[in-house]
Amino acid sequence: MAEEVLQVTNLSVEVEKKEILHGINLEIGRGETHVLMGPNGAGKSTLGYALMGNPAYEVTGGQILFGEKNLAELSASERAKEGLFLSFQNPLEVPGISLSNFIRSAREQRTGERVRLWDFRKELESKMELLQMDYSYAKRDLNVGFSGGEKKKAEILQMLMMKPQLAILDETDSGLDVDAVRTVSRGVEEYQKDKDGSLLIITHSTRILEALHVDMTHVLMNGRIVAEGDATLISQINENGFEQFE
Amino acid sequence: MKEKTQVADVNRSIYDIKNEEKDVYRVKEGLTPEIVEQISWEKKDPDWMREFRLKALEIYHKMRIPEWGPSIDGLDMEQIVTYVRPNTKMQAKWSDVPEDIKRTFDLLGIPQAEKESLAGVGAQYDSELVYHNVRAEVAAQGVIYTDMESALHGEYADMVKRHFMKLVTPGDHKFAALHGAVWSGGSFVYVPPGVKVDIPLQSYFRLNAPGAGQFEHTLIIVDEGADLHFIEGCSAPKYNVANLHAGCVELFVGKNARLRYSTIENWSKNMYNLNTKRAKVEAGGRIEWVSGSFGSHVSYLYPMSILNGNGARAEFTGVTFAGKGQNLDTGAKIVHAAPNTSSYMNTRSISKDGGVSTFRSSVTVLPKAKHSKSAVSCQSLMLDRVSRSDTIPAMDIRTRDADIGHEAKIGRISDEAVFYLMSRGIPEDEARAMIVSGFADNVSKELPVEYAVEMNNLIRLEMKGSIG
Repeated sequence: MAEEVLQVTNLSVEVEKKEILHGINLEIGRGETHVLMGPNGAGKSTLGYALMGNPAYEVTGGQILFGEKNLAELSASERAKEGLFLSFQNPLEVPGISLSNFIRSAREQRTGERVRLWDFRKELESKMELLQMDYSYAKRDLNVGFSGGEKKKAEILQMLMMKPQLAILDETDSGLDVDAVRTVSRGVEEYQKDKDGSLLIITHSTRILEALHVDMTHVLMNGRIVAEGDATLISQINENGFEQFE
Repeated sequence: MKEKTQVADVNRSIYDIKNEEKDVYRVKEGLTPEIVEQISWEKKDPDWMREFRLKALEIYHKMRIPEWGPSIDGLDMEQIVTYVRPNTKMQAKWSDVPEDIKRTFDLLGIPQAEKESLAGVGAQYDSELVYHNVRAEVAAQGVIYTDMESALHGEYADMVKRHFMKLVTPGDHKFAALHGAVWSGGSFVYVPPGVKVDIPLQSYFRLNAPGAGQFEHTLIIVDEGADLHFIEGCSAPKYNVANLHAGCVELFVGKNARLRYSTIENWSKNMYNLNTKRAKVEAGGRIEWVSGSFGSHVSYLYPMSILNGNGARAEFTGVTFAGKGQNLDTGAKIVHAAPNTSSYMNTRSISKDGGVSTFRSSVTVLPKAKHSKSAVSCQSLMLDRVSRSDTIPAMDIRTRDADIGHEAKIGRISDEAVFYLMSRGIPEDEARAMIVSGFADNVSKELPVEYAVEMNNLIRLEMKGSIG
């Protein structure tokens, strides 16, 4: 597919005055699933945060185009409204707002339209069922007291409900048991079904990828992309680890 | 808004706007025995009350202004018009309430539906109760809910006399004395033994007249085994004159009775809120305070619970929001005066734009209060570098057989949490408001939903700085 959803050109990013990413190039087309792999500390999450617009991550060079938009000018919430989504590695607990109300207001922010309650609830119930989340979680405060697995499922739930154009999944599989990984990956498959939404899956293991279709794999080491290829690169990494790229 | 507003700044023209201030009577500025006598005469006080007022006035003149808390130098009692009465008699029906007063209530945003659905609405306009309606079913249970003035003359006059300012005495502090001398309006509630009042009783106290003090008195007696939830809501339009609120709340909780006293206070930002609230709880009884303190220029507010009987319990859940130009000194006091009593304090304070929020907790355990338990938890959130938050715990424990805990946390809004919410499309100011509302959820979760919504709206408005 020719149409680019994301076009990252020569991107450099600093955190606390230290450059972490040194000239990243990355292109993701509509409906494509890309995987970003690399060892701990390679800068994978930094890329996710920089794309989403975390103010603590300063872009010092290059540019990010999201569709036609130059993201440099947009705040995180504006990027979300444009259709960008980041599933957090460590989702934060926010007391005082229920998961369901939060998703509803997030969706209203994204679409600018009022959500019809009945339809919303139906949809939420079915997505939660898919993710094997008890509906009682919808009424609970956002992530408060959720287990690690439930937090990750709640992230995927938000992704499914928000229908972003590009979802970045940051280590969504980390800390999950085998069953939870399977459930989460079912959620990701559901998102892929749409053929419209693109994915950037950040991971250092390959478990979540087993059941998923992958178009492209990028290997990030020490803040640089050192290898790129199709899905077969994943099995190569599985066999030989990241050392081969050093 | 000015830091301290001197009454010399008063532009008299403001007296002519709004409701044209149809005062029947406005006492001259300054406080003399003649004025107090006149108030007493106007209110048709029984003799004992007139004498009580005069004694309280003497005490008032002898006592010193408290100097241990935030400055109240901006207040000049000699200049403040202390008593304003709207030109309306007690109303039994809403349709009889004068239009201009209704308009003020509309501006304050009291939903029409509440008037029908609430158990009893005693809405105080200036210093006088103008509207008061107790729903038939509550009265049918034998519950008395009336304005204080009527209570002084009605069937329960003796009961009022036995309890009035016995818990908070005029000698307590200067503003309690002032209250004793000039109090006006407020509610009296009596719940007979064993009666469970299913619906909350609600009351609104509002200040309208510029420069007018507000000295309403609330007296609630919940008899043995009875159960009541009382809600007090306050808000006031903003004026440029120093305003004083020195109300008094006295709560008597009988054996095995339960009283929940919920308050959302939102005073105008020029208000000096020097309010005194106290509860005495008998054996097996329980007082639950739920308190949201917003607004005012300076507040001194420390509801006190005296656990007077074996196994009595007190819970205090509070949130305080101090914004620009505000110095809110709040807290709670507990006195464990009997064995096996327990208390729990859970408070949150928020400060923003240079606001100062001080939380004082005081726990006293008397020697006879063996096997008592107390836990205090307070958390503060400072929204920027110029705001201030202090926690001042005091404990006086006079027995070895007590279990006492205290924890305090002070923090700032996590940037990571703001980013998380923003990454879902929530604009930054909304995200911050959401986090602050969540921080105050100890209180909002305890409030009936319409009050919780009102409180969250207040937080949102405060966060956007659009009040005051």
